[in-house]
Amino acid sequence: MGIRILKAGMLTTVQDLGRTGYQSQGFSVAGVMDVRSFKIANLLLDNPENEAVLEFTLMGPTLEFTSETIIAITGGDFQPTINGNPAPMYTAIYMNRGDVLKFSSARTGSRGYIAFSCYLDIPVVMGSRCTNLKSKIGGLKGRKLMDGDYIGFRIKRRYLPFFLSRTLDLDEFDQEEATVRVVMGPQDKMFSKQGIETFLNSEYTVTSDFDRMGCRMEGPYIARKENADMISDGIAFGSIQVPAHGKPIVLLADRQTTGGYPKIATVASVDIPKIVQRKTDHKVRFQAITVQEAQKLYLEEEKELLAMRSQIHTPCKEVLECRLVAKRLTKLLTLANETQQ
Amino acid sequence: MQNKMKILTAGDSSILIQFGNTIDPAINRKITATVQLMREQHINGVTDVIPAFCSLLINYDPRVISYEQIKRRMEGLLKIDVAAGDTRKRVFEIPVCYGGEFGPDIQNIADHAGLSVEEVIQIHTSRDYLIYMLGFLPGFTYLGGLDERIHTPRLANPRIRIPAGSVGIGGSQTGIYPMDSPGGWQLMGQTPVKTYDPERKVPILVEAGDYIRFVPIDLEEYHRIKALVDQNEYQCVVREEG
Repeated sequence: MGIRILKAGMLTTVQDLGRTGYQSQGFSVAGVMDVRSFKIANLLLDNPENEAVLEFTLMGPTLEFTSETIIAITGGDFQPTINGNPAPMYTAIYMNRGDVLKFSSARTGSRGYIAFSCYLDIPVVMGSRCTNLKSKIGGLKGRKLMDGDYIGFRIKRRYLPFFLSRTLDLDEFDQEEATVRVVMGPQDKMFSKQGIETFLNSEYTVTSDFDRMGCRMEGPYIARKENADMISDGIAFGSIQVPAHGKPIVLLADRQTTGGYPKIATVASVDIPKIVQRKTDHKVRFQAITVQEAQKLYLEEEKELLAMRSQIHTPCKEVLECRLVAKRLTKLLTLANETQQ
Repeated sequence: MQNKMKILTAGDSSILIQFGNTIDPAINRKITATVQLMREQHINGVTDVIPAFCSLLINYDPRVISYEQIKRRMEGLLKIDVAAGDTRKRVFEIPVCYGGEFGPDIQNIADHAGLSVEEVIQIHTSRDYLIYMLGFLPGFTYLGGLDERIHTPRLANPRIRIPAGSVGIGGSQTGIYPMDSPGGWQLMGQTPVKTYDPERKVPILVEAGDYIRFVPIDLEEYHRIKALVDQNEYQCVVREEG
């Protein structure tokens, strides 16, 4: 009862929102890179917010289902097919035993997600099921998935109400340019005025040096003030550090807990998906917003997710039309009956 | 110290409290005490903390607590003189088998210092090292207070694999590798104790604010302790002082 990994793809791991509470001991949080796509995948199946999913990168996996379950696919478009036929994304899909779900390379975006209504049978390690590749803990044996792996399901949950309503608009990841909003700091004071201006008014290019730890960018040199030595401190998700070479590196899910390079700004949570769904040579511009604005955006996104939740719990148009037809028919029949009498 | 403290933004879900700009045991103690106080007070919405040498990063959930709220809360908390009078000290005794195959660089360290290997070991084991912070790897300790006489530059060519438990010196720092890892430190010995064990109920032995004291052991003792460790029967000696 579960899924067999026929082909693992480039980098497919079990992830959730990450292993929090242990950073003071040196454990990276890990967890999904694109929190929004992750949340939508679970939401489509009424899963708990933090239920574990598969995250795949640039080249997706091929999975065989050894039992029925319902799934949802979100994130970049990896051109999914089920038994050779195109499969919808951002939609609850019923999978039968023996079905083969195949992903190709990422047409748009660079990371995709699959959530399962029957929940992946992965042990909880230190409060999370996520894979921490560096510490080799969590997920499937602390590593990325390999061809031939098998992951079971924890429960049988093959029915979801309002099944036909469980489809949402796709998030688009096909833009090759993105404006990413950032909150300046914590070490913006270590950069010269000119350095800050360069950072906020230049175009930066995503390099191939881009993994779950961070995204290194190429572009104009960001100048620091002189004698800008700093003592290592904690790193947040989306921190943009600028080492002596003057080029920004956005620190992501597998970031080290602490680091000694000054961090000019931190990407707003709602815009981190824009970064993690980039590909090599894509362009990024940074725009400064206040922490209050960033938090407002965060709460607005929460509201949007709530609206999605209620949308998929409302009977869809087809069902409503059927109901309307049934109502009219009932009326007609009653009328016909009465006339006969 | 109070007026040097700064609360900085680190995005919409973290703040960074800067306690000072130097590596100083008194500043570090204040951070350890603040983390302790935060645990006791259990601030709703705080999801994680990362204490470092002279700063504390706090992750929070903006759905539960806003930037202004957490800032105000922490400003209040920082006014409490938490560290005053607290001189308690927890010292973990870490047995180390120096030299031989466990410490291939100990002669380098001795040569660099112009001392004998015995003197290097004597110096390395003669004081308690404050754990300023953990980071880099799970359970990797940043220790303060290495005697200047045995400061040794890192290897020109880092090793691809340093075994877990290795004890070494990198510049002005000394420490233990908690897991197999690449690294450029000069290796002086190895401890049979697992400072990180994902299978253990408490995977990491020590916390920031604790101290480590290295205790020299011979190869025979190393294997005796190793056998106990492998059976989960070894308890590190912990001294409580003050």
